[in-house]
Order: sequence, then structure tokens, then C-alpha cells
Amino acid sequence: MARRSNKIAATRYPVERLTLPNGLRVVLAPDRSAPVVGVAVVYDVGIRSEPEGRTGFAHLFEHLMFQGSANLEKLAHFRHVQGSGGTFNGSTHLDYTDYFEVLPSNALERALFLEADRMRGPRLTEENLRNQVDVVKEEIRVNVLNQPYGGFPWLTLPPVMFDTFPNAHDGYGSFTDLESATVADAADFFERYYAAGNAVLTVAGDIDVAETTALIERHFGSVPARPAPARPSFDEPDLTAERRKSYTDRLAPLPAVAAAWRVPDPVADFAGYLPYVVLAEVLTDGDASRLVERLVLKDRSVTSVGGYLGFMGEPFEVRDPTALLLQAHLPPGGDTDKLLRTVDEELDRLAQDGLAAGELARTQARMATHLLRDTDAVLSRTLRMAVLEQQRGEPGLLNELPVLLAEVTEEQIRAAAAALRPERRATIEVIPGAAR
Amino acid sequence: MSPTTVKPVKVPAIVTELPALGPATTLHLPKEAEATLPNGLTVIAIRRPSVPLVEVRLRIPFGKAHPARAAMLAQTILSGTDTMTSVEIAAALQTVGGGLSAGVDPDRLLLAGNGLVSGLGRILELLGEVLTAARYPAEEVATERARLVDHIQVAQSQPQHVARTALLRRIYGRHPYANQLPEPEQVKAVRPAQLRALHSERVRPAGATLVLVGDIQPAKAIDTAEQILGGWAIGGDVPASKWELPAVPSLVPGPLMVVDRPESVQSSLRMALPAVHRTHPDHAALLLANLIFGGYFSSRWVENIREDKGYTYGPHSAIEHLVAGSSLTVAADVATEVTGPAMLETLYELGRLASLPPGAEELEQARQYALGSLRLGVATQAGLAGLAVTYAGAGLRLDHLAEHSARLAAVTMDEVAAAAATYLAPARAVTVVLGDAERIAAPLAALTPIEKAQP
Repeated sequence: MARRSNKIAATRYPVERLTLPNGLRVVLAPDRSAPVVGVAVVYDVGIRSEPEGRTGFAHLFEHLMFQGSANLEKLAHFRHVQGSGGTFNGSTHLDYTDYFEVLPSNALERALFLEADRMRGPRLTEENLRNQVDVVKEEIRVNVLNQPYGGFPWLTLPPVMFDTFPNAHDGYGSFTDLESATVADAADFFERYYAAGNAVLTVAGDIDVAETTALIERHFGSVPARPAPARPSFDEPDLTAERRKSYTDRLAPLPAVAAAWRVPDPVADFAGYLPYVVLAEVLTDGDASRLVERLVLKDRSVTSVGGYLGFMGEPFEVRDPTALLLQAHLPPGGDTDKLLRTVDEELDRLAQDGLAAGELARTQARMATHLLRDTDAVLSRTLRMAVLEQQRGEPGLLNELPVLLAEVTEEQIRAAAAALRPERRATIEVIPGAAR
Repeated sequence: MSPTTVKPVKVPAIVTELPALGPATTLHLPKEAEATLPNGLTVIAIRRPSVPLVEVRLRIPFGKAHPARAAMLAQTILSGTDTMTSVEIAAALQTVGGGLSAGVDPDRLLLAGNGLVSGLGRILELLGEVLTAARYPAEEVATERARLVDHIQVAQSQPQHVARTALLRRIYGRHPYANQLPEPEQVKAVRPAQLRALHSERVRPAGATLVLVGDIQPAKAIDTAEQILGGWAIGGDVPASKWELPAVPSLVPGPLMVVDRPESVQSSLRMALPAVHRTHPDHAALLLANLIFGGYFSSRWVENIREDKGYTYGPHSAIEHLVAGSSLTVAADVATEVTGPAMLETLYELGRLASLPPGAEELEQARQYALGSLRLGVATQAGLAGLAVTYAGAGLRLDHLAEHSARLAAVTMDEVAAAAATYLAPARAVTVVLGDAERIAAPLAALTPIEKAQP
């Protein structure tokens, strides 16, 4: 029969850390339960580090890293990974850029060779640059310009909440900036940010630690030492008066709204930050959550509502400044003012009356499942450990997250809810331009 | 930095040669058990103890169900039972780290969930409660109906959805597969009594398959499932053959259909080509031919229209298997101004593979990718659960993975060439392009006869 006891489950992946003489930090996380390995290289540069006049450059550069390197022709990287039975990709975030492969474990050395070769230097040519500017423009068209709700809210809310270029600009980039990018810009960007000392290599899955260490030394040991650049603070003052903007999306058939509040520094004040991560789930995880029950099931004032930390939904892979976001789609003629008032009301209720019996524990149990489920995939384990090493020097934190989240108390949730005041809120509203 | 102050470090020589692969990894099938309960429910339990969780999938055959009622049933089956509200069900699931969701397609109703493995019994109890006592309360049905209508309206504003819908109508004609998402007006007409009737008629254990994957002992998990779901009533005596879908019609090539989306900044190119089911003798060869054409990043088509010409971001082709037939679909979203050239390259790459055998090296590369994908696909609990339930829908079990691997390993170049000539020939394609008709009709008409869709 069912066991009703509910001890928080956690993983116990062993984690080894080392640093090569050239400054490259390495994390190894063996798990021999399936014959697959994940390899990730994460560089400490993202959208927030883009120079003014070069919006979208971090992402464009990510594309260029796949266009050949010292010993690899254009297309070779893709062919070698996939021809070994693996898959690959890269992605650009606010505070980092990642490159990764997941492969049958007999292809491990091949993946290390490919990553080391491009860490030494990608082939930055005019032809590849122009080709990838075109590809990125199509990516923006398919995901933003040709798509209802394209870029909502991750591209449209930051400029309401923030004032400085690093935090407020469009991370996908303007076509004008993308088209004016040069090979020299790319070479500078590589020189500055793609140093061994600015990168973390993580290998997880079906590996032997000693053998893998030797392979890593063989392939990455020859990458020239270059130190990490100093990372500036991107902090901005918190909002003291409510901010609100709206825009018409000519393709969107129904209204939508997203609101955000600043939260404590996710790295420097992790203990202060965690209650907000739990609060977002208390508010929006499923039919039994506060806002779904009230807004969707009872009032019918929204058709869906979600809540999360970080503009790209990556609570443990983002640095300060960041935010708790709520995002909702409304029925035809939906009333944003009324919706925001109801959200305020529910936050006040939570802050004043606290949680119902069992509400916090069940939310934490579900969060543990989500974390463990993500961890089950060797690739997400690889990527998350790499970023945890890079931003915190603590890759093993992945094992501890379910327990840390379970230790968040009702008092902390109430205090977090009380801090989400209207005067600290930034809101973006989508006005449907395609209403039928 | 002065070099004299740095302790000399032995730097290894740069490796310039691609390292060889290690010995091939073997495909290990996980431990599993299977039983068919007296009420007709088949239970498949698979052990993968990587994390202390369990994945749950319940597949119920749903062919020939009324599309709007089926969609609403999936939307509201978790909305309350005789003894629990939707909020109580969700809270009870959360308590064991669990969640459940429901989805429907023209073949099946799928209830999918996961949770802490310590909560398996409780998740199955709640699943059983929903299966035997879902009530479709009027208030909740009204709420969910309005939500579904809004979701459909949003879907209908998305070019990917509009293009796919147009292609499906063109491929399937009057076959039930033609309409995979109902119209808002059809949904608005659905009443709770119809949902109760549909549930009573179709949400039955006979022919249904429950898949459990996780940190479980398979035999014990089957016992648990039997204790909890063994009482799920057999229901009516309608023979399963009543719900069998007719085989899909053969593709009928014709003029390229242009669907107008005024001022669209991209055109959505969609094609359907013939394909065969998973156990057909041509399947492995066709799968490799598809990879070589456009089925993965290192394919001819992607290298051509993305990495050489920059026309598009994410082109892809894939074989889609449904119970009543399979098809191969080709999809790319390209800038409006290059719609004609992108179609030209697409026809060229299809025609080239259908006319000339592939290279030995590119065949090996596609083969390794296909074999590797199978290993990666079953390396998680969720991946295994998805594959097991998909296979079950085709009457297969996980051992098919081994057979399929063996077939992929044995396919010859002649077989791939023959499959390409048979299935990838551009003359056999059915093609739809969604975009700004005023700007794309003439360039497309220069390549092939076109017709404009009726608005």
C-alpha cells in the first residue's frame, strides 16, 4: 500500500572539482547507470556583458563558435558529434553562454577534443559571420517577429523594470546592430571573454574520474592561459514607484500581462532568495496553488498563470539583479487593473493569514520532484553543475537543493509575499492587435 | 606578468587529430514485468532506479472519438470526482510530490504523471478515483470550456499551427486525422452530460495500457497497480473493432497550396511524403534516408538552406507514426523574400537523394546518430516511459529497441537508395506554404504549379 510518509528525497551524485594550470575549472560527476555522458563548457559571459551598439552579440557569437576552429572545418563539429551518436547545442543567457554535447560514452574523448579546439580559437570569417547573421535573423523572425506573444515577457519586461543598458536591452538584438557586427568585434569578444580562466568544463555520466581527468589534461592542458575579465556589478536601485507599460502585438488574439518584483541577490544572499523560489510555486504550481485556484478556477479572470524566478526561468543560474515574475493570459476583454488588484489581495492574504495546513510541505514535495526529474537527465545535470561551479564554486549544491528548499519556513514565505508591493512592481501588458 | 615568476608547467602538445571512438556501448534493456489484469488493463512496469521517482503513463485507445468532446474530456477529467474537487485532487497529488495531466490525440487519451516513488500507491489511488468517478461538474466544465476556446484561438494565431492544420487537411481529407484540434464553435457546444457519456463509453480498462517506470521493483509495482486499479470496472461490451480507424488514404500529390497570411515576415514550408510503420521492412532504411535528407542537423538540407544559404533557423524533417498510418513531414520557416529559392533547394535535395545513392560516410554518420539516439532516449525515466507507452500504442514492447537497433546496423546503401527513391521522391510530395501570398505566389509558381487555398 501507499506509504504516506514524505521524507524529502535527494540525489547523491559524487562531484569532483579541479583547476588546470591555465585556469580552466573542471567539474566531474560520475554516474554509471546509463552508457551516456554529458559535456558542457560554460563561459562567464552573457547578454548583460554586450557592448552598447552590439545588442544580440553574445548570442550571435554563440552561433560563430559552431563555425569551425583550428583543426575543424565549418560543419565538422556537428558531423563529429552526431556521427558519434550524440546531440549538441549552445545557448545564451543573461549571465553565461553554454556549449554542450550528450553522447554515448564511447565518444567522450571526441567531445573533449571538439570543445578544446574551439576554446583555442573559432574560425571567425566574414563569410561565416554574414551567414550566421542571416540565420539569427530567421531565429528572431520565427521566435519573435512572426510569432504571437513573441519575446513576451523576457524581452519586453526588462526595459520596464530596468534603466541601464546591460539589464534593459534586447538580448536577441536589433537587426541593425546584428548587421553591423564585424569579424574584428568577434575577435575582440573572444579575446576578452572566452578565456580558459573564464570557463568551466563539466563532464557528467558514465565516466571514470581518473581516466577522464587524464583526457581533459591531454585536450585542454594546451589551451593558452588567459585570465577571466573583471565582471562589473550590474546592480540597479529597486523601484520605488510602480512602473507600467503596454504595447500592441499585431499577431496576438488575446490580452496578456506580466509583472515582476526584484528579489534578493541569488548568489550573495541565497538564504534570502530561496523563499521567493518557493513562493512562486505556492502561487502558481497547479490547481491547488493560490493564484490558479483564485484567478483561473474561481474568478475566471485569466486562462493561465505562471510564476518563476529569473527572466529566462532559471532560478539557480542567474545573478543579481533579477526578479520574481508572474505571467498571465487573459480572456477576451480581460481587465489588467482588476487582475493586478486581485494579485495584490492574494499576496496580502498570504502575508497576513499565512499558509494553510500542509500547503507549504506539499509545494516543497512537488518542487523536489521537479528538481530530481531534471537531474535525471545527464545533460541538465551537466549544465546546472557547470553554472553552479561558475557562479558559486559549488557544483554539489545540485544535490542539496531539494533539502534547502524544504527548509524554507512559512514565516519566510509570508515575509516574501509581503515584500511584493505594488510600488516595487514593473508590469508589461500585451494589447491584442489581432482580436477577432 | 613576468614569465620568470611563473613556475614552469608542462603543457601537453595540441591534439590536432579527431580521437577515435571507444568500443561501442551496448544497449541494455532495463528489467521489466508485464501483466494483463482481469479487467483488461495491461500494466508494464520498468525498473530504472536513477532517481527516487516514478513516471506514470496511462494510454487509453480513443480513435473515432468526437474531437471537441475528446478535447474537453482531456481538459476536464481532472476537474473533480464524486468525493474530491479539482483543487483537492491537485493538492493530494502534490503531497506525494506528484502531478497528473491529460492529453488527447486522434488515437488515444493519455494520462501522464510523475512523483516521488514513495507516493506511487497514492498517485495510482488518485488516478483510479479519476478513472472511476470523474464527475464533469457543470461549473468547472464551463470554466475549462472557455479556457480551451481561448487556447485554441491562440493556437490559431500561430503560423506553425495554421500551416500544420492546412497540411493535415490536405493529406487526410475526410479521415479523422485531418482535424487534430477542434474549432472553438465545436468546443462551445460541448455539455457535461456528453462528457460523462463519453467517459462511460470510452474510459475503460480493456485495451488500455499503464506504464510505470522508476525506482521500483517491477513485480511489486504491478501488484500495487492491480490492488488499486483492479476494480476499475470493465464497462460496456462494445467490441474494440468499433473504434478502429480506417487506414489513412494514400497521398495524392497535386499543385502546391499557398495559404495566405498577409504581411507575414516568414513563409512556413510544409510537405508530406509517404512513410511506413515501425515494423515495415523498409522502415530502418527510410529512417536513415530521412536523416540524410533533413532529419538531423548534419543533413544535406539543413547544411544547404541554413549553414550555406542562411534562409532559415530550424528546418527539420521527421517520420510521424500514428496508429492508422505513418507519414514523413518536412518543415522550414524561411524569410518571405527567399521563399522561392528555399523551395527550389528543398526540391533539389529531395530529388538528389531520390536519384543518387548517398555516400558511404554520410550513411555511417546517419546510422551512428540513429543508434546513439536510441541510447540517449532511454537514459532517463521519462524517456523510457514515453518510449514504452508509444511502443505499446503500436503493439510493441521495449525489446523492439533491440530489433530496431539490429536493423539499423544492417541496412545497406542500396536499401537506403531504394527507400529514398520510393518515399522521398519530390513527385510524391504534398506541399503547403503559408505566407504573404502576394509576395510568394509568383516565385513558387515559377517552380511548380500552385493553387491558392480558399479563405
